Amino acid sequence: MSDAPASPTRVNLSELSAMFQAVPYAKFLGVQLELKGDELTAILPFKDDLIGNPMLPALHGGVVGALMELTAVAQIFLAQGGKKIPKVIDISIDYLRSGRPVDTYARAHVTKLGRRIANVRVEAWQFDRADPIAALHGHFLLKSDEGESETKA
Amino acid sequence: MSDDTPLWQRMATAGAMMIQGTPQARALGMRVVSITEARAVVEVDWREDLVGDPETGVIASGVVTTLLDNTCGVAAFAALSEPMSTATLDLRIDYMRPAKKGATIRAEAHCYRMTKTVAFVRAFAFDGADETDPVAAAQAAFMMGTSARMGQNRRPPK
Repeated sequence: MSDAPASPTRVNLSELSAMFQAVPYAKFLGVQLELKGDELTAILPFKDDLIGNPMLPALHGGVVGALMELTAVAQIFLAQGGKKIPKVIDISIDYLRSGRPVDTYARAHVTKLGRRIANVRVEAWQFDRADPIAALHGHFLLKSDEGESETKA
Repeated sequence: MSDDTPLWQRMATAGAMMIQGTPQARALGMRVVSITEARAVVEVDWREDLVGDPETGVIASGVVTTLLDNTCGVAAFAALSEPMSTATLDLRIDYMRPAKKGATIRAEAHCYRMTKTVAFVRAFAFDGADETDPVAAAQAAFMMGTSARMGQNRRPPK
């Protein structure tokens, strides 16, 4: 099967979306992906049941964390040229502002793609990319197509 | 219940309301198991639409993240004498192993230190009765007594 010939990345959006569509939880949240060149943006359209604090109202912190985690996974998938879904080892989230009841965006940067581990940083924002609502850094375990048994403890 | 009833006891009585009032917790089907002083136990059932890895059927780590964040927040609240507005500062989670497919995930959080401004909380998530074999561990800090006002997020930031 051949992809669009001049694609600057090794994975195209339809492959990436297919990977994402197969994840029921990504659908539960309603996360969408947008790919321009090698720049991936995850979009979380606002809906009422994402709210964690109805008084402010504010997005649930766990939802913002989960969005950034999924963004990291998609970015690793892209960086690896499309393999299996990496597994999260640990994440550390800084909450910088409460998430307003509007659409949220996230972009990830793979700091290091090792043989077994990827180090990733992610930021999530709403109105202004320079004013993020949260940041995440985390470590992910890469699953190679061959080394199946490695990750099964 | 009289006015000098500790906050955690009032929360424990409210029980289900803690979840009913939080749309995302309700969407995930979270249940409060118990609330005691500075402690909270909350669980969530495995569901098809919460799966994170379609190959294994394991629940998404994001669900565990949200459960742990929520349980830590309830524990911090249960350490207060009066309700006040709080905000999560940070949340660190270690995922030790995938949860068993179909298993209910139970999070147990303890607010082990409360200062005037910050609550320090630790939590573990389990998918069975074995307390020596957690699925995930969390460490969170919450800012207490923020100046948040009702409805303030309805407007964009300045």
